This record gives sequence, structure tokens and C-alpha cells, in this order.
Amino acid sequence: MKHVDWTAMTVFLLFFAAVTVMGFLASRWRRADDALHLHEWGLGGRSFGTWVTWFLLGGDLYTAYTFIAVPAAVYATGASGFFAVPYTIIAYPLVFLFLPRLWSVSRVHGYVTPADFVRGRYGSRALSVAVALTGILATMPYIALQLVGIQAVLDVLGVGGGGNWFLKDLPLFIAFGVLAAYTYSSGLRAPALIAFVKDALVYVVIIVAVIYIPMRLGGYGHVFDAAQQKFSQPGANGKPSGSLVVGPSGQWAYATLAFGSALALFMYPHSVTGVLASKSRNTVRRNMAIMPAYSLMLGLLALLGFLAIAAGVGKGVKGYNSQLAVPQLFADMFPSWFTGVAFAAIGIGALVPAAIMSIAAANLFTRNVYKEFLKPDATPAEETRVAKIASLLVKVGALVFVLLMDKQVAINFQLLGGLWILQTAVALVAGLFTRWFHRWALLAGWAVGMVYGTWMAWGISSAATAHFGGNTTKIPGIGRTGYIGLTAFVLNLVVAVVLTLVLRALKAPEGADETARADYRAEAGDEAVEQAPQPAAAH
Amino acid sequence: MSSSQVSAPGAPPVVSPARVLAGLCLLVPVVVMLWVPSYSKTSPEFGGLPFFYWYQLMWVPLSALFTGSAYLLIRRDEAARRAASAVAAAPVLPGRPKDGGRS
Repeated sequence: MKHVDWTAMTVFLLFFAAVTVMGFLASRWRRADDALHLHEWGLGGRSFGTWVTWFLLGGDLYTAYTFIAVPAAVYATGASGFFAVPYTIIAYPLVFLFLPRLWSVSRVHGYVTPADFVRGRYGSRALSVAVALTGILATMPYIALQLVGIQAVLDVLGVGGGGNWFLKDLPLFIAFGVLAAYTYSSGLRAPALIAFVKDALVYVVIIVAVIYIPMRLGGYGHVFDAAQQKFSQPGANGKPSGSLVVGPSGQWAYATLAFGSALALFMYPHSVTGVLASKSRNTVRRNMAIMPAYSLMLGLLALLGFLAIAAGVGKGVKGYNSQLAVPQLFADMFPSWFTGVAFAAIGIGALVPAAIMSIAAANLFTRNVYKEFLKPDATPAEETRVAKIASLLVKVGALVFVLLMDKQVAINFQLLGGLWILQTAVALVAGLFTRWFHRWALLAGWAVGMVYGTWMAWGISSAATAHFGGNTTKIPGIGRTGYIGLTAFVLNLVVAVVLTLVLRALKAPEGADETARADYRAEAGDEAVEQAPQPAAAH
Repeated sequence: MSSSQVSAPGAPPVVSPARVLAGLCLLVPVVVMLWVPSYSKTSPEFGGLPFFYWYQLMWVPLSALFTGSAYLLIRRDEAARRAASAVAAAPVLPGRPKDGGRS
């Protein structure tokens, strides 16, 4: 067994216990009259104002992925891992265009999930279930990624190292059991409340880290000199292992990854859940302007990868797991008690999004699979019960995912999910502005994008894995290396346009559209919103 | 967006200056960030950080300013449209401010 740092461990457990209590108490927070409705459990009653939404979305989008994988990528490759920063800069202006419309139409018609909207807009069960299943599929690896974050922390704390597979992963099982229990009982209110603690901890840790650690290491100038030296040494394939700026051959990849990921960000069911839980259209807009406060934090976090290099983390260790770089940096540099605080930030940073993601996936299953195909006459109370159980199953699925797959590729899990979810963007975003696209064409485009993207990703090998080892490859026709997801998205769009023209010429049935033009502009306080159906009772 | 909306008298046109300006505000950060060759270099450094890093970090607050401006522009524009259609729908309410824009 490794040495266990008991001071850090105690602080970590104290925070963990505190948020667990908060998670269970959350069911009493802003309690509504009809707690049995799915929009109560699954959307917090659609009541969150600007600040709660800000904390919720921040806790939702900036996950353990932020804490572990982004600096890990920077640690391993340098500049190309920094694409997360332009990605989160681009995302908000981009989604500012269409999220307010999604909020309005969902509010008027009581939609709980993106697939609900697709169903209502195109009158197509097939398209709706395709969007729903893609959402569930993309969310699973993302939840798994949160587990990798917790695992990395536990690993560096010195627990869960040896013994058989069960003992090794026991702390992970416990953390997840607790998470599952309070999500089950409190729904979206639990992560919304815990997000306050999580974000406060994260800000404190990051600000301390980017000031205190460079001081101990002799300043940023010295830090980047050390990084330059590491990257100039040849890696396994004889080429330099990384660089401080993106070279000409990597610039397309950098830009397409940033753009594709930005577009995908608010296609994720959990992001949509956070948006739909807000109480007004302008709450959504205001948040797009204040969310970059988190992007700044993300940028500073990414720099921690360089600090880890300069601090000599993993130096000389062959095949060092870069996912451990940042937890190890904290353990090496901070006094024990603050290491505990930092690890609590990562651990809770994994729990909040994992809870929201499992709720979002559960909403999708309940609304768009269970109610749509299995039990169309389910009562709102039944819907809520099914969603609660589904949230448990989704988490177990993610646990299996993480136990069976290689942890070195955590960031690629997430990017594979991003690739899939991006394929729902044509139906969703275009649908918010126009009904021009034909539902069958959208379905065909989606299928082409999914198959192409998965097939291309499968063919990429890396040092750690034979398949799904990366997310960039040559873009056909352009000859530059770019993000597979974005190429698949363009292909998806082209197929949808061409087939729409063909199907319209053939006068194929278009399906009913239950939304009206004014629905997309409705604001809280409008008549249409006041008279909206109770979400869980819609349809 | 609302291309075939029947404009109430006094409402801004569908393509209003505020909407165009808001669109530009949203476009700027996207274009700047996607133009990777413009910032993929190490000098000039700032406090030990290579240009590549501090330039992108600097654009985080700048993008927030642009998006925030777009929000204010759109809010005014929407308020004006609402006020105009409210006046058109209920002409019995004199004294109601036509622009409704409280910024």
C-alpha cells in the first residue's frame, strides 16, 4: 500500500460528508406543491434565477474533465491541449443565438428534453428517439469521465491502490452510491445546491494554485522554459512530444476542435437541463454573458499542466499517467490540509455534473423512450418514478464503462460523446429557426454523421489504445487534419439538405408541427407561458 | 427569425440596427478565436506567459463584454417590439411609453 496522507484525507472526507448532507436536504429547498411531477424532480420546478442558473451551469459544464483532463492534455502535449479555452470562448456567443428560442418553445409546450422539442416540431417519433438515444449514449462516457476524476484523486491520496479489483475500486463505489442516493431523492435541486460549494471551492483552489505554485517554482518564465525543454525531447515516435504553440499542421485541428466542441456543448442533455431549469428567457441570455467567468478559470487550470511539468511531476517515469499530473502537483506543492481542500474541489466537481447528467439522461429515457413507446398513458407520478430509477441505471452503466475501459483516454471518451451529440445539432438548431428540413432527411443525415464519425474514430490508434485513440484525422477534400465530429456534422448537414430537396420534390408527408411562430419568442409573464401545460402532463 | 411577423406600428423593422449590431458583437469573439495563425506564436511575452496563452486568456473577459453588449442590445430591441405590439393590441392605453426600453 502507498502512503496515505491522513490530514488531506480527513479534510477531503469532511467536505464530502458536508455536501452529502446538503444533497439530501436539498429536496426541501424551494419545495413545490406537486413534487410528483417530472419537472419538479428533473428540472427543479423551472424556477432558477440568474445566479442559481449560473452556479448550476458552471457546476454542470466545468467538470472533473476540467480539473483532470484539460491540464493533463496540456501536460502531455502543450499548446494543442489548450483548445479548451477558445472552445469555451466561442460557445457562449454561439448558443446565445438559439438557446433563448429553445427555452421559450420548451416553456410554452412543457418540453423537458431536447428530444421532446424535436418530437413536437417535426411530429416524428423516429427522429425524436434518435436524438434521445444519442443523448443517452453521449452522456454515459461523460459520466464515466467524472469517475475518472474521482479515481485520480483517490489514487494520489493513496487509497484504492492495491488488493483485488473490488477493494481497489471500493472507494469509488461508495462515492457513487452516495451520489446515486441523493440524486434519487432530491433530483435537480441536489446538484443545484451543491454547485455553490463546488464552485466556491474550485475558485479558491485555482486562484491559490496559479499564484502560489509559480512563486515556489520561480515564476512563469521559468515554468515555460522547463516545458519547452520537456517538449523538445523526442517522444515514443521520435518526434517532439509537444510544443508551446500550435504548429501550422495543427492549426486546423485546433480551430475545428474548438468550434465543433463549442457547438456540441449545448446539445448535451445535461446542458439543456440546466437551461430549461431557469425561470425566464432573459435569465438564459444573461447567463451567456456571465458564464465566461468560468472560462477564465478553465484557462488558468490549463496552465496547471505546465506547472506540473516545471515541478517535475512524473519526470523520468516511463508511461506516466498524465491524468494524475494535477492531483500529484497539488499533493507535492500544497500543505496537507490545502491538498485536502483541492481534492475535495475535484471530487465534488465530479459529483455535481455526474448528478445532473444522470438526471438529464433519465429524463430522456422517461419522456422519449418509456412514455413514447412503452407506456403512453403513464401518469406524471409514474414518469417521475421511472426517471428516478433510470438515473440509477445510467450511473451503473457509467461505472461499468469506467471499470472496463482504459483510463488514459478519458479525454477521448468525452470527445467521442461530443462527436455523437454534435450529430443532433442539425435537427435541433435548424428546427428552432425553420421547418424547411424534412424529418426523414434529418434522420438520414444524423445516421450518416453517426456512422461516419464513429468509423473514423475507430480507425485511430494511439500509444495507449488500438481504437478510438483520438478525435482528429484528415478532412476529406481539404487535406488538413481536423476534428472528426465537425467533418461528420458537415456531412450530416449536406445529406439533410439534399434529401430534403428530394423528399419535397416527391411530396413525402412532412408530419405535424405543434409549435407556432410566436412560441419561440415567448417570455416569462406572457399569456402563452402562464397558460402552458404542466410539463410532465404535456403530450 | 420573425421574418413574416406583422410589424405593429412603431415597432423596429425585422432587421433593426440593434439586431445587426448584436450579431456583430457575437461574431467577433468567434472569428478572433478561430483565426489560429494570428496568435500561434510565443512573443511578445507577458509576465513570463508566451503570447499564445495570455492572448487567449485576455479574450475570455473581452468575449464576455461582447456577449454582454449583445444582451443589452437585444433586450432593448425586444422591449421596444413588445411595447409596440402592446400599443397596437390595446390602443385604449394612452400614456404608455412606446419604446419601453429600460436599459
